[in-house]
Amino acid sequence: MFTKLGLRFAALAYLALLLIVPVGIIGAHTFSGGLGPVWDSLTVPDAVKALELTLEIAIIVVPLNTVFGITMAILMVRRELPGKALLSALIDLPFAVSPVIVGFTLILVYGQQGWFGSFFVDRGYQIIFSTPGMVLATMFVSLPFVAREVIPVLREIGTEQEQAAATLGARSHQTFRRVTLPAIRWGIVYGVVLTTARSIGEYGAVAVVSGNVIGQTQTLTLRVSQEYQNFDHTAAYTAALELAVIALVTLFLMNLFHPRKDR
Amino acid sequence: MTTVALPRRRASGAALPSAAPGVAITYLSVIVLLPLAALLWQSQKGGADAFWQAVSSPDAAAALELTLGAALLVALNNAVFGTLIAWMIVRDSFPGKGIVNSLIDLPFALPTVVAGLTLLTLYGPYSPIGLNITYTRTAVVLALLFETLPFVIRSVQPVLLELDREMEEAAASLGARGHVVFRRIVLPNLLPAILSGMALAFARAVGEYGSVVMLSGNVPFSTEVASVHIYSQIQSDYVTGATAMSIVLLAISLAVLLSISALHRRSSKHVH
Amino acid sequence: MAITVRNVNKRFGDFVALDDVSLEVPPGSLTGLLGPSGSGKSTLLRVIAGLETADEGDVFIGGHEATLLPPQRREIGFVFQHYAAFKHMTVARNVAFGLEIRKRPKDEVKGRVAELLHLVQLDGLGDRYPSQLSGGQRQRMALARALAVEPEVLLLDEPFGALDARVRSELRAWLRRLHDEMQVTTVFVTHDQEEAMEVADTIVLMDCGRIVQEGRPQELYDHPGSEFVMRFMGQVNRIGDAYVRPHDVEIRLQPNGTTQAAVVERVLHMGHHIRVDVSVNGGAPVSAQLTRDEAERLGLEPGRPVFVRPSRARTFAGTPS
Repeated sequence: MFTKLGLRFAALAYLALLLIVPVGIIGAHTFSGGLGPVWDSLTVPDAVKALELTLEIAIIVVPLNTVFGITMAILMVRRELPGKALLSALIDLPFAVSPVIVGFTLILVYGQQGWFGSFFVDRGYQIIFSTPGMVLATMFVSLPFVAREVIPVLREIGTEQEQAAATLGARSHQTFRRVTLPAIRWGIVYGVVLTTARSIGEYGAVAVVSGNVIGQTQTLTLRVSQEYQNFDHTAAYTAALELAVIALVTLFLMNLFHPRKDR
Repeated sequence: MTTVALPRRRASGAALPSAAPGVAITYLSVIVLLPLAALLWQSQKGGADAFWQAVSSPDAAAALELTLGAALLVALNNAVFGTLIAWMIVRDSFPGKGIVNSLIDLPFALPTVVAGLTLLTLYGPYSPIGLNITYTRTAVVLALLFETLPFVIRSVQPVLLELDREMEEAAASLGARGHVVFRRIVLPNLLPAILSGMALAFARAVGEYGSVVMLSGNVPFSTEVASVHIYSQIQSDYVTGATAMSIVLLAISLAVLLSISALHRRSSKHVH
Repeated sequence: MAITVRNVNKRFGDFVALDDVSLEVPPGSLTGLLGPSGSGKSTLLRVIAGLETADEGDVFIGGHEATLLPPQRREIGFVFQHYAAFKHMTVARNVAFGLEIRKRPKDEVKGRVAELLHLVQLDGLGDRYPSQLSGGQRQRMALARALAVEPEVLLLDEPFGALDARVRSELRAWLRRLHDEMQVTTVFVTHDQEEAMEVADTIVLMDCGRIVQEGRPQELYDHPGSEFVMRFMGQVNRIGDAYVRPHDVEIRLQPNGTTQAAVVERVLHMGHHIRVDVSVNGGAPVSAQLTRDEAERLGLEPGRPVFVRPSRARTFAGTPS
């Protein structure tokens, strides 16, 4: 009994020092100067722009990666494909690549001296140091989430329900819409939550390709580091708090859609 | 009976438009493979000498050493505390356990730069408890500990949950004490999960950028990690240096991920 | 609707699931595909349903070539061992599924669903979800769902395999009655010979991807064509070269010309009959099945010397002794 209490105390203390206390303190710190400055730094044009850009990127990336993820999951689970193991490794690859490297490789492809850099520049499109580059970087880092969440669910539900629908006369698109999709919907939602959180929160990859032009290519995460370095702590903490609130909502949704057996 | 080779239909599968596989694989190629191919192509451009020179330059070597050392330390630390926390969540019960369990995922949900700022607030120059660790290697380790906290826990938790309690009861009935049961029965069963969680944590730590860049001060030869090193090479347009270090980091992460999947294959054979 | 299967082969990798199988199922019949696991019975059913495609050979349903038709267009009803309930739909929506796919008018669907729920004795449970039903109820729901589209043939894959013994025997009797009422051509798969004998009017016994013997249950039981059929259809003893069912072992206290000496080893009261285990010539154990009166009359108890004789026995050429 005594050792059990000791172990519990050690585990909780570790979590408190690493997790709970720091996150709690960020809220306190943001509001240390009262509500006024927080409201001001929330509503200055640059802050609004940063929020808008962050959301804009997420709105482009999340649907594309969701459709990709569902398609890939069905391919992986329901189809006979040569090289499935390789494909599975490729889907996981973004988890293994440092965000800075992601940004760097995009510069190698789309930058001024990159493979396709002059191709796009000649046609008047700027990829790097501009929104398209940030979108590509975000797509890369958040690519695996939906597929990774849907694959196990698809395996779990098996093929019997789909076969039953087929014997009852349902065409394959009807089976997909009426049977498969409802059965995997919580897996999809969970994957979408993770994709959205990662899209909004990505920093390193976006930092490399953004050029960090305030009011143009500054996302919320970039704003946090930039304003902190500029010693505008209220602005940095306000942006951080916005992101932290999004993170807490994400956490809430994660727990909502991913009921674990241990509770 | 004539056996005419009729086109035999495949068993009915889930619906996908016929173009879907092609489109999905093209998407994967453009978003993920194309950039990585550019990196590989860039790495061989300068030849082996330039590559070797870039990774063995004193500042690069120092950054790499720090990164690998810190990642290893963090992975080991996670093995101990991650297992302990997973144990607490699965086997212990106390008020507020549900909340603690959900908070574990916070590092996954919180943007790295916010995590960095958070740690900076508590353990930085304006620390309310007077503890300033910026510009020290402790800062690097602390940032990595925060970011990698969930890996071992989330990998051990389901295994511990499924672990047959009767095995432990059988060992106890044969006279084994608590710590013997843990060492001889529980630990061997958790080991694959602990290792796989450690490997994931290690791979993540090797590439981590946002939290470290905020907290560590990024002093070359002292607190500059590999990803920050790459970033500063990019900023100073030293493409060869950035490329070489990227290749090394990528190779390490890939090796780790491949060993995880090998581990999974082995342990799943063991179970069935 | 008749079902005809002609020279069907099906392989899964190296495993031969169906080896040149041909079968005629007459219209309106109730056929049981019986066999041990891995015998190919489920694969044959799935080939008939179109859930698997034969590598070679043809399938006809109602005289029409169906070999390459997808399951959607075969007008079949299929019932799965584990029900394949649509978990996210209510019981009523499950049953209505096939009708909704066929875009039947709402009123018709509603009426038909109510009718079917009544038929499978699930009245009032239409608003429940499958998870709120018992196993037996779920399987009845699956049956109603299959019947809703008025299939030409009804195919059931181990329909009662996942249910406990009591529910299973209820459902068997009920399936029999249902078939008698609806007269739809029905094929079901089972590994349980008792179930096959109780429900089917024709049994098709399979082993190693081939049909070993087919016929009425009594035919297979009384006139097995091989040792395998004899053993699969019920308990069997071996006395010398002869195979004898326990109820065909005669026990006497006095020898006559054809008996062999034996010693009673155990007497087991099985309820409605008595099982007597004897060892013949001090060796091979033989089980005999006696009525209680017979056993009492003979006064059998362990250690008692008796004489046994098969009243009806079969020998098969070429079986190893």
